[in-house]
Amino acid sequence: MTPALHSPLDACLVILVLWGVIGLAGLVRPTSLRFVARGLFPLSALCSLALAAVAVWSLGVAPERAMLVVGLPDLPVHLRRDGLSSVFLFLLGAASAGISVFAAGYFRRGHGTSAGLLCLQYHLFLASMGLVMLADDAYAFMVAWETMAVSSYFLVTTQHGLPEIRRAGFLYLLIAHVGATAILLAFGVMQGGSWQFTFDAMRGAHLPAPWAAAAFLLALFGFGAKAGLVPLHVWLPEAHPAAPSPVSALMSGVMLKTAVYGVLRVTFDLLGQPVWWWGVVALAVGLFTALYGVVFAAAQSDMKRLLAYSSIENIGLIFTAFGLAIVFRGVGMPTLAALALIALLYHCLNHAFMKSLLFVGTGAVLHSTGERNLGRLGGLIHRMPWVAWLTLVGTLALAGLPPLNGFVSEWLLLQAFLFAHEVPHTFVNMLLPMAAAVVVLAAALAAYVMVKFFGVIFLGQPREAALAGAHDAGLLQRLGLAWLAAGCIALALFPTQVIHGLRGVVRQLSGADLPLEAAPWWLLEPIPGRQASYSALGFLLAVTAVVLLTILGVRLFYHRRVRRADPWDCGFARLDARMQDTAEGFGQPIRHIFGSFFLLRRELPSPSDRAPRYRVVISDRIWERLYGPLGGLVQRIADGFAWVQQGRIATYLLYSFVTLVALLALVL
Amino acid sequence: MRPIEIVTQLLELAAALAAAPLFVGWINQCRAWLQNRSAPSIWLPYRGIRKLFHKDAVIAVRASALFRLAPYIVFAAMVVAAGIIPSMGTRLPVTRIADAIALVGLLATARVFMSLAAMDVGTAFGTLGARREMMVGFLAEPALLMIIFVASLISATTALPAITEHLATQKLGLYPSLAFTAIAFTMVLLAENARIPIDNPATHLELTMIHEALLLEYSARHLALMEWAAALKLLNYACIGFALFIPWGVSTAAGGPLTLFASIPVLAVKLIAAGGVLALIETVSAKVRVFRAPEFLATAFLFAVLGLLVHLLLGA
Repeated sequence: MTPALHSPLDACLVILVLWGVIGLAGLVRPTSLRFVARGLFPLSALCSLALAAVAVWSLGVAPERAMLVVGLPDLPVHLRRDGLSSVFLFLLGAASAGISVFAAGYFRRGHGTSAGLLCLQYHLFLASMGLVMLADDAYAFMVAWETMAVSSYFLVTTQHGLPEIRRAGFLYLLIAHVGATAILLAFGVMQGGSWQFTFDAMRGAHLPAPWAAAAFLLALFGFGAKAGLVPLHVWLPEAHPAAPSPVSALMSGVMLKTAVYGVLRVTFDLLGQPVWWWGVVALAVGLFTALYGVVFAAAQSDMKRLLAYSSIENIGLIFTAFGLAIVFRGVGMPTLAALALIALLYHCLNHAFMKSLLFVGTGAVLHSTGERNLGRLGGLIHRMPWVAWLTLVGTLALAGLPPLNGFVSEWLLLQAFLFAHEVPHTFVNMLLPMAAAVVVLAAALAAYVMVKFFGVIFLGQPREAALAGAHDAGLLQRLGLAWLAAGCIALALFPTQVIHGLRGVVRQLSGADLPLEAAPWWLLEPIPGRQASYSALGFLLAVTAVVLLTILGVRLFYHRRVRRADPWDCGFARLDARMQDTAEGFGQPIRHIFGSFFLLRRELPSPSDRAPRYRVVISDRIWERLYGPLGGLVQRIADGFAWVQQGRIATYLLYSFVTLVALLALVL
Repeated sequence: MRPIEIVTQLLELAAALAAAPLFVGWINQCRAWLQNRSAPSIWLPYRGIRKLFHKDAVIAVRASALFRLAPYIVFAAMVVAAGIIPSMGTRLPVTRIADAIALVGLLATARVFMSLAAMDVGTAFGTLGARREMMVGFLAEPALLMIIFVASLISATTALPAITEHLATQKLGLYPSLAFTAIAFTMVLLAENARIPIDNPATHLELTMIHEALLLEYSARHLALMEWAAALKLLNYACIGFALFIPWGVSTAAGGPLTLFASIPVLAVKLIAAGGVLALIETVSAKVRVFRAPEFLATAFLFAVLGLLVHLLLGA
């Protein structure tokens, strides 16, 4: 190691460069799958692991800066690593390690982008996400942000031969850029007349209240577009299924979190003093997003779309916690803000692991069966036991069930909500506890979605004859799945340790600390004196102990005789696979209860049909309500301006001339 | 851990395991009386469970390990839940690992495993039951958590024993918020335990069944564990209700060890009364269509939210 590597920031930069090198190396032999997939991707996973390790090491290290003289003259790239960056760098490294290992076993020869090019795009994507978290001026941030958007666009359109994938990619790119424009404007507001675009200048700028609010709202819009807040979520269910599964995992598990990082950075660091009503806005949007996402997830029949909608739900929960943290911070309750922020960061970490796990799990299923439609899967627990049992961990985690990790962050969030009535604003203090009801409803629906997801794919009878040929995942794929599942379990069982790691960041953001020393290491007790405690380890031990004792008791006192027979099913003998619930069937209660959310088109067979067909198409009302009129409006405005385009060179020269004169008049 | 804590914990667990089938038997007896039938023996549930343990387990050919594991997990979840709920004393060491929110999570875990197991064999009834069970679950769970929220706000903690302790040692006052939540809780209890009006516990073959559809493929010891777990669940819910709404007579930290033994007859009286009320409700109401279940549970949810609002407005 060179002496320059004494600081974590340098180590992070070296890893980002290494990723770039690995990406470029893919171009050396772009068509050799062996070299790219089996050689480069494991190397990349090692880099990811190193990044995660560096990030953990750097959590306790004071913020550090660097300046790279690259790019335009007089515009050096400012970099800064602090606790917040470290948390998200850890998330990036730890989640991408599993995903890259899985990807090493995943990529096959196929249509679309060649392996080498894919490798370059993939690693550019990784490196740009890392750079987003390290950037310390608006230029570097936007360059990294756009590189991230563009590289992921190319990854989404890997199968660019298919028109629907090109369409999904376009939609993604469009919304990414609408969002980026808003972020750019937010930075423009935040420089506050100093025309200095370093983050330090923004920290120092004292904005008048309306401008600060404008900057916050712009940032919320811009980062919300990347995160998938309703109504800017429309790209998510299109782009995630279009991308190859490891890329979907990376986008859902990690990229959405860069938006969370961005909005946290802007609100708590650059703007510094958030006002409480900003939090109410974020909370309302977050809650609506959570409910909307989960209801749509329950109605999906494509497994990757289902997961994409579930990501929208989780982003909603994260923004709910974000809003709550702002409210607490704004009214001068920093300890509670710290609690909400812990819940937020914890959920980010959780979601990175569990959603990546499920996405790569669907990748394994997709590989082995060639099928994404839930209605043609089933019974895969017998054919793919590794994938099934490892995915079950992610399923239970995402369903928010104890003792897994999804529950920990939900628990923390609800604990924070239990104090919401102390906010000193009448009306707000009554509405906030009501918000907890929506959080709980979303969480309970998530369990429904996950039972549907796991039950329809892995349990029951295979719905197609072709599924009999399904094979389990290969060694590298299993390794990737196991790493992500282990991450879920570690986050579940050691919450106190994780929170200890997050404390420094939360202190930096909220200005207060959570007193955790009082509780023993195995017990999570965030607020001393309230006796509100939870211990996943104890929980798991208690349940396991009772399970083992029961099994032992049954064996000891009775017997273990088992006979295998045909299913009973109330004595119905001619049972076949078509009689199980399909994904549509399982989603039926949701369509019934939340009917007003959906735009339903149904084809019902008439009694005299010779070949009866039943078809339900569920679409987002947002399209007809918002995007349809919006598109029409843009079209009309564009048509109105069309006369400017004369197609004659002289006219265009005239435009240039007039512009020039106008600018000169403005300056002189 | 002091000896009194261990005694309380073990006593509660033993009492729950032993009394759960008896509670079911008692409700069945009351219902038979109210319906002018001659009642079955109050010990019938025990005989059923014993008989099932002795039988050979018949498992569907397609069942996976998840199917065989689920009864143990569901049973264990209910046993641990029984250890968390302060039915007799509030000195429960186990409660530190799970507060009221985690208790709701524990019940949800049991439900999810039951539903997954029902989907495992791939029968029409199994998936149908799983779907309906999860539907009832996602409607009832928010209501249950709101109920717990109200109690937590009143007593400023989410630990169940502390809530009970707070409510039991309070001087008798009127809590309108608790009245609303008590109604909500009763509705949730009926729905979650597959009682009328959501489900009919007396039937085994009906197109509208929920709970029984989940258990159709189970036999012998697995079925015995599931039945026992269902009885435990009913008892647990009753005890949650006692802990939140009629906490008096529970041995609190201030009381001596003898109050623990005094709490046994108190619990028995509460259970006898609750069984009678449950049987009465089930006798006078009719089972609703499955499609109406959301309305029923949405009402419960609204009652709970109303309770919360009343608490926030009136501070009581």
